[in-house]
Amino acid sequence: MDTGKEKSMFAREYFWQGLMTLCGLFVIVLTIVIGAFLVYKGSATFTTFHHSLLEFLGSGDWTPQDDASGGGAVGALIFIVGSLCTCGLALLISTPFSLGSAIFITEISPKFGEKFYRPVVEIFAGIPSVVYGWVGLTVLVPAIKNVFHRQVGHSVLAAGLVLAVMIFPTITSVSADALRSVGKETRMAAYGLGSTRWQTIYRIVIPAAGPGVITGIIMGLARAFGEALAVAMVIGQTTALPTSIFSTTKTLTTEVAAQMGNAMEGGELKSALWTMALLLFLISLLFIFLIHMVSAKQPECSVRSEKKMLAKGATREKERIAEEKIDAMGGKA
Amino acid sequence: MMVDAKIQRSRMVDSVMTAVFYVIAVFFFTLLLGFACKVIIGGLLGAKPEMFRFARKGSLGNQLFNTIYLVVLSLLVSVPLGVGGGIYLGMYAKQGKGAHFLRMCIETLSSLPSIVVGLFGYLVFLVFMGMGKSLFAGALSVSILTLPLITTTTEDALKGLPKGYFQASLGLGATKWQSIFHVLLPACVPRIMTGVILAAGRGFGEAAALLYTTGSGTDLRWGNWNLSAPTCPLNVFRPAETLSIQIWNLQVNGQDRALANASSAILMLLVLAFSIGANLWSHHIKKKSAGEEA
Amino acid sequence: MEEGKLIENGGMPKFDITDLNLHYGTFHALKGINMKIRKNEITAFIGPSGCGKSTFLKTLNRMNDLVDNVKIEGGVKLDGKDIFKEMDAITLRHRVGMVFQQPNPFPKSVYDNVAYGPRIFGIHRKAELDEIVERSLRQAAIWDELKDRLNKSALGLSGGQQQRLCMARTLAVEPEVILMDEPTSALDPISTSKIEDLAMELKEKYTIVIVTHNMQQAARISDRTAFFLLGEMVEFNETGKVFSMPKDKRTEDYISGRFG
Repeated sequence: MDTGKEKSMFAREYFWQGLMTLCGLFVIVLTIVIGAFLVYKGSATFTTFHHSLLEFLGSGDWTPQDDASGGGAVGALIFIVGSLCTCGLALLISTPFSLGSAIFITEISPKFGEKFYRPVVEIFAGIPSVVYGWVGLTVLVPAIKNVFHRQVGHSVLAAGLVLAVMIFPTITSVSADALRSVGKETRMAAYGLGSTRWQTIYRIVIPAAGPGVITGIIMGLARAFGEALAVAMVIGQTTALPTSIFSTTKTLTTEVAAQMGNAMEGGELKSALWTMALLLFLISLLFIFLIHMVSAKQPECSVRSEKKMLAKGATREKERIAEEKIDAMGGKA
Repeated sequence: MMVDAKIQRSRMVDSVMTAVFYVIAVFFFTLLLGFACKVIIGGLLGAKPEMFRFARKGSLGNQLFNTIYLVVLSLLVSVPLGVGGGIYLGMYAKQGKGAHFLRMCIETLSSLPSIVVGLFGYLVFLVFMGMGKSLFAGALSVSILTLPLITTTTEDALKGLPKGYFQASLGLGATKWQSIFHVLLPACVPRIMTGVILAAGRGFGEAAALLYTTGSGTDLRWGNWNLSAPTCPLNVFRPAETLSIQIWNLQVNGQDRALANASSAILMLLVLAFSIGANLWSHHIKKKSAGEEA
Repeated sequence: MEEGKLIENGGMPKFDITDLNLHYGTFHALKGINMKIRKNEITAFIGPSGCGKSTFLKTLNRMNDLVDNVKIEGGVKLDGKDIFKEMDAITLRHRVGMVFQQPNPFPKSVYDNVAYGPRIFGIHRKAELDEIVERSLRQAAIWDELKDRLNKSALGLSGGQQQRLCMARTLAVEPEVILMDEPTSALDPISTSKIEDLAMELKEKYTIVIVTHNMQQAARISDRTAFFLLGEMVEFNETGKVFSMPKDKRTEDYISGRFG
């Protein structure tokens, strides 16, 4: 009787442990399956249709056939360049403002910054990209058309601006976390030597938070790279290399999003699109790798413990002040 | 004397930079608020009353229903899986290559462009399983997107608990699973909830992952509860247009700007409500746990 | 001999503090402090934790300005000039350097740590910086240990080395006063004695104010000692007198170990 009970208890224990392990395994399997599918579908361009990797990455000649016979050209350079231009522009616009906002939140006005600015910024990280795209299309595109006297407002510039606003919250909040994790002792040392606030910020705090800020920038870049629909709405969708920031062009994501539904299953066009999806997947892996490289450079703390530090960062300042007060009040008790 | 001049200059630069930061912050604060006001107020003011009906065309009621229904479905899948994965990572996994690899997988999943996830869903559910564009296929794709978020929140929540909880429970003779299920998990619920709310917010706005998976069905017949009918609202295997896909479709066709504006406003309100909710909720928890500590 | 020296330096005080009151919000942390701190002496502040000695020290170079909700009344004069009304915080901190409780080197190289101060005050010539770095490290008695590691990160040094590096960093800007906030509380005995020797040497050129938990330390190195309790300065006198024949009962209780 007793042993039976014990047995069932052990069985239950193993059952649940097994189930939880399965959930963990599922995530692994899912990731591998996604990667494998993309490789499987994306490699057809090179195996079935005999295109070279060099052609795919280096040629701007994009005339894939929409059937299984093949024979077209699958140069994806236009899309690669389009992606690089829009994301580069977005980063160029967004980074100074994001870093400035992060500095404002952590260094200049923590009271207003932490109470109002930061929550607002973080909420904007969750705004759907189609909304950004739609506002870009209805407000920004006409504005560009009028201000710069262009025939159309759709442009690399419009896409860059929409993406810049989209990645602004990401870069700002990650950078703010990084700045805040710089120890108060370090700041005090700088002030104690007679630094002004700005000297403390740019000579001490920013270099110390450097890896964290760069992580934020990479995360913003990753978000910009993966964005499809918001960019598709404002970039004008023409298959040509951009010549200026007012050019219309296409990016990897917009082309995949626009063409995948029309392409024939098993055709050359379809497999070329899958190759582009595979490229996107590889680029997102590259970003992860870069983030790990950067955080490995950060002395003392690993990525995980850094995360925890970041989580604690908010209360840290208050704790310290409280400690000081308690220290001062100790004698009272 | 030279030092004094230098100090004067440094102080001036300091004031200038302080002003610059104020300008940046004020500019973006107004920009973001202006953006929100433009979308919400502009969208709602330009809307006609019939837009808020549940009609086949020219309204957004069905899309709103589809959006919520899709998110609920996707959470039904991703929450159990994600919490399970988080428990495995937090409580069972040995710190070694396996756990490290699992973390890498989670990171990979969470950084995947949503269009890629959408294509994967299209490939698996439509091409291989022959499902046809459906709410279900879309919900599963969104599940893939939200799974990593829920897993990491659960793991962090478990690891954030005081060590004493688990040891005390073991000390009373409870087994590991009993301790997890009866002691640790209930203590984690508030923080896991925050993750779930954030995941829901992400699901509401998702468009790229649904483009090739859910299709654009809007023809619902309210009162038709035959689950296999293509017009039954609760049928999960019917094509379904969500708010975000509606906005996308409207910009492609370019006909009804006011409707797209109204959809944007509703979508934004939905997302705002959820993220503000998550914020308040986690604030509430922080306060509560701080109270316990003191 | 000790006596003679005090008289010799008895002219104008370096710091003249009158009726200083400090509030953290509603908490009255310093109550009516009056004190004259003399040039080229080591003045020690002792007292139980929370007595306000650290707070007082931080008032002397206005580090308390950085804390919210602090209200300060009364006067602190440095060489006859009011540090709140007639001086800006930057100039003050340039003249009154500080060494903190925890060694807090910047996450930079040894060289850049020491050169930081001179750089922000406008010295950029390499030769000049090299000279300052070497001189400061020598003054802090750490040149021999670090001369081959100038370009290594300061975070790799031991705690005692870091603290002496922080001293060198403070010396590099050539302050007139050095405030030390329990500079040895995080260090081992050997490093502690090195820091103490250093302080004794430095008082030839600098005025030193040191907060310490350790009464022996105060007795060993300081010329004058102030005893703080509950935000009040209970007693301030020559160190020998404070320790051998305290005037106040509370001082006597504290130094004989009855509380604290």
